[in-house]
This record gives sequence, C-alpha cells and structure tokens, in this order.
Amino acid sequence: MTMTQIVYERSKGLQDVETHYCPGCHHGIIHKLIAETLSEMNLLDIAVGICPVGCAVLAGNYINCDFVEAAHGRAPAVATGIKRTRPNLLVFTYQGDGDLASIGAGEIVHASMRGEKFTTIFINNAIYGMTGGQMAPTTMVGQKATTAQSGRDPRMHGNPIRMAEMLSTLGGMAYCERVCVADIPNLNRARRALKKAFTLQLQGIGHTFLEFLSTCPTNWGMSPVDAGKWLKSSMALYYQLGVIKDITAKEESK
Amino acid sequence: MKKELWKGNEAIAEAAIRAGCRAYFGYPITPQNEIPEYMSKYMPEAGGVFVQAESELAAINMVYGAAATGIRAMTSSSSPGISLKQEGISYLLASNLPAVIVNMMRGGPGLGTIQPSQADYFQATRSPGHGDGHMIVLAPNSIQEAVDLVWNAFELADKYLTPVMLLADGMIGQMMEPIVWKRSQPATEVDKPWAAAGREGDGKTHFVTSLRLQSAQNEQFVYALEKRYAIIERDEVRYEASGCEGADLIIAAFGTTARIAASAARRLEAEGIKAGIFRPITLWPFPYDALRRLADQNSVKAVLTVEMSLGQMHQDVRLAIEGSKPTPFYGRTGGMVPEPKAIAQKAAEVLREVK
Repeated sequence: MTMTQIVYERSKGLQDVETHYCPGCHHGIIHKLIAETLSEMNLLDIAVGICPVGCAVLAGNYINCDFVEAAHGRAPAVATGIKRTRPNLLVFTYQGDGDLASIGAGEIVHASMRGEKFTTIFINNAIYGMTGGQMAPTTMVGQKATTAQSGRDPRMHGNPIRMAEMLSTLGGMAYCERVCVADIPNLNRARRALKKAFTLQLQGIGHTFLEFLSTCPTNWGMSPVDAGKWLKSSMALYYQLGVIKDITAKEESK
Repeated sequence: MKKELWKGNEAIAEAAIRAGCRAYFGYPITPQNEIPEYMSKYMPEAGGVFVQAESELAAINMVYGAAATGIRAMTSSSSPGISLKQEGISYLLASNLPAVIVNMMRGGPGLGTIQPSQADYFQATRSPGHGDGHMIVLAPNSIQEAVDLVWNAFELADKYLTPVMLLADGMIGQMMEPIVWKRSQPATEVDKPWAAAGREGDGKTHFVTSLRLQSAQNEQFVYALEKRYAIIERDEVRYEASGCEGADLIIAAFGTTARIAASAARRLEAEGIKAGIFRPITLWPFPYDALRRLADQNSVKAVLTVEMSLGQMHQDVRLAIEGSKPTPFYGRTGGMVPEPKAIAQKAAEVLREVK
C-alpha cells in the first residue's frame, strides 16, 4: 500500500488557466505571490483588484478574485471610487511603469497624498512591454528602447524616476517598500512585504505601496537568466531594494 | 406641494442625493461649482461619499470604480472638463456601467468663456468618447425639469447599463427658480449581479472590463450595444411640442434656448404668425419621427432650428425633415445668448422667403 500526500498544489487564489506572459517574465511569479497571499489571509472573497492597461491587462483572468479593468494610468482613481464606497473590501491596483509612472503619474500621486486605503502593486520592468519595448519613465540610463534606439540619454530624456521614493514624501503614504522576485530570498521578502501591505490596508492607516522590480526578457533582448541577473546587477543598484517608508515602524521606535 | 426656491446647480445636487446617488466625484470648473460644493457638505450627511478629485479624468474614473461595484455614482463638469471625461465615458459604456454625468455647458471651443452655450451637442449625442457608442442625453429647460430628470437619469442608467448625461447650460446652473419635490423615494433600484464587490455575496468572480481582445468578440459586443440602443430609440424618446398643431412654422430648440424661442413665439403671435415650439428633451435618442410628423403638416412652411451654437442639433432636425421642408438656422455662439426679438425677426423673414 502506498500513501500519497499532497505537498504542493495550485493556490486557490489562482484560476486554472495558462497565462499569456513571455518566458522569464516575472508577472506570473508576482501574480502567484498575490494569489497565495490573498488565499492564506483568507481575503479572496473580499478582494477587488484593478488591472492596468499593458501586459497585466488580463490579470483578472488569472487571479481568483473580483477585478475591475481601468483605463491607462487611472487605476488609483478607480480604486479610490471602489474603496471609498466599499470600505470593507480589500482593494489593490496592479500597475506597470508606463501606467503608473507616466500616464497615471497624476492619479497615483493624488491617491497617495489623500492616503487612500488601498494597496498599489507597482511592476517596474523599465520598459513598455505590451506595446513593444518603448522607453518608460523608469528606463535605465543607456538602456535601449524602440523609442530611444541609442539608449536613454539623460540630456534628452531625463533620469529614471524613482516612484517609491517620490511617493514616500507624501503624508498619506503609510508603507512603501521596493522588492523583487529574482531569487528565493527576495521572493520571501516580497511575500512578507505583501502580507504586511494587506494587513496595514485592513487597519486603514493609509496608502500602501510595493514596487516590484521585474523583468522583460522579450523587450530587453535578453535570455530569462540574463534578465534576472541584469535586474539584480543594474536595476537594483539604481532602484534600491528595501523599506522606504513605514509609519508603523516609526511608532514602534518612539 | 410646497414650492421652494432653488439655484439650479444646488437643486440638481440635492435631487441626486434624494434619488439615491451615494457617490459623487467632482472637480471645480465654472459654471457648475455649486454642485461639488453642495455635495461636499450634504453627500456625507446622507451617508454617501464625496471626493474632490485631482482632475476630471480622475473624477470620472472614480465614478467608474464606484459604479463597477454597483454603487449609484455621479460626476459633474462643464464643457472643457467634459472633454477630459470622454475617456471615462467611453470605458463606462463599453463596460456596461450605469452612471450620471452632468454637463453645465459653457462657451467653447478651448477655454472659451464661462457664459452659457449649447455647443457640446455633437460631443454628447454622437459618440461621447472613442469607438461606437452612445449615452442617453437629457436636456432640461428649467430647474424643475432638471430636478425631475435626475431621477430619470439614474433609472435609465440602471435600466440600460449605460452612462446618462444631464446636458444643461450655465443659465440653468446659475439661475434660481421655484420648484416642487415631486418624488419622495429614491430612483428605482435594480439588482446588479455583475458588480465587482467581492465574491462574498454570490460566490462568483466578477470581472468588469471593456477589453475584448478577439475582434470578432468585440464586434459581437458592439452589435449587442446596437440592439440595446434600438430599444432605447424606440422606448425612451422624450420631447415637448407646444403650439405645433396647425402652425405656420416650427421652431426646434432645446434647453434654455427653447424658453427664449417660446418668448419669440409670443411676439410672432402678435404679428399674426403661428409658431410652434418643438423641444427635444432626449437629445439622444432624438425625436426624429415626432418632429417629422409635425413638420409634415400642410400648414408648416419651415422648421427653424435655434441653438446656442453654430448649428449642431440642426443636423438632427435636417435628418428628421429629410428635405421635405426648408430647415433654416439661427444661433448665437461662444457664450452669447439669442434674444427673442432676433429669433422672431428670423422666423418672420423665413416665412416671407418661403411664401
């Protein structure tokens, strides 16, 4: 007689479908992390995600909770409309760098300023993915893009924008951390950060914001392995990982 | 019923609260500022949500979020702000979401002026955003009618899962008139099983989206919209025709301009000319058939359109008349208001020309 024991199974937070993401893209890993966290925290029934325009536009087909699709950059405004009218829901926006740091820069700044009680999951892969590799506000200096074919030049394009640092100056921002899922230690840090962000949201203390450094092997022109390495060797130097703001930590140290 | 004196913008805001609106998102722009101001005080008192958004874009997207969870939501603005809201209006109609948008029109184009205008007719009645789509457009000519139509606006939005615009002008927004509160109950509620308010209620996952990546699927959606629009065009046309039976001339005008045209008609009556007033209340759907029937009377020599624009509803009037009668136009634009005397002169001149 053989005994079988389930040691691993698909999270209840994930729908039983294949994603459309490219090999080596971190969207899938981050989706899974969100799905597992919602499931573990027993939040799937009260969660509403807002998906962006861009590669994650179909996130609502992958994560097993309610979703609302927003116009490009408007997710924080849509989330404001949801969370203000349904304060008992767990609300999160899922936004890429073109969405959040470019076309939606106004919406994220003001939602954060107001201290809107939802969580933003910001996927920074330093490029426009869905539209085919155009320069993003977060594109690294020297990094090539289809609209910056000689690489980003600060004299023409300015320097990459650090959204997490910028938003952390706002009074409404309660918790802001930059993470990545490029290796297991970082993945575990990201998991803890996500759990903390959702927990603080439920406590209603303000805007919670997680910036995930992510990859785009297709538009970076790299293999998945090289993309993961470049994320850590280049992106993470400019966009430093770690907690940028945590008002609960301040309270503890007083 | 007891009459009360109300300013247009404040009356509309109060009507929305009484009609069961529980979320208002706005942004300052003249001449509609009394709506967000009123809402900021009285919406929270009614247990609802007020947010002063960072822009019109954000405001309409907050409406989108609230509506997606099944909340009765509204925003208001004036012409330049409505241009910004067009993005959200397109997404609302493409996501089958009910919402009410108030436009207190001012003189454009561009920043223009803050005086009344009706030059957003095309913007409201053709496709109100990108893509194939419509919204129901209600055009009151008094504060009483504006208040009454607020209830209809929320009911139509829920019934047809569509954005509805209350299209008035700075005159309606800024003046005071006596009104009575005819309805004591909120607008009729409908079930919203599609609402993305968590799986908790029905155990189902809801996804509110306007993305239909397969073109064939998107085409089917637009065809479904078209079918719904055909029902709206059949069942929801509203207009008022006064003195049109046996008239020598019909003046077609909406909103404030229709009131001024009525003054012109009284002047004409003194001159022995019988001028009827045809006033569409729904600008979309436009009352083509009703206007055509009245214009087809032998007595009617012409249909004169009067607007505070260069002639936008004029196109719909011509589509209704289809060349069977002369369809002249008179209008003032850019924030200028036509005078009864000028309308009467134009009408008399038209009749001299066609006789």
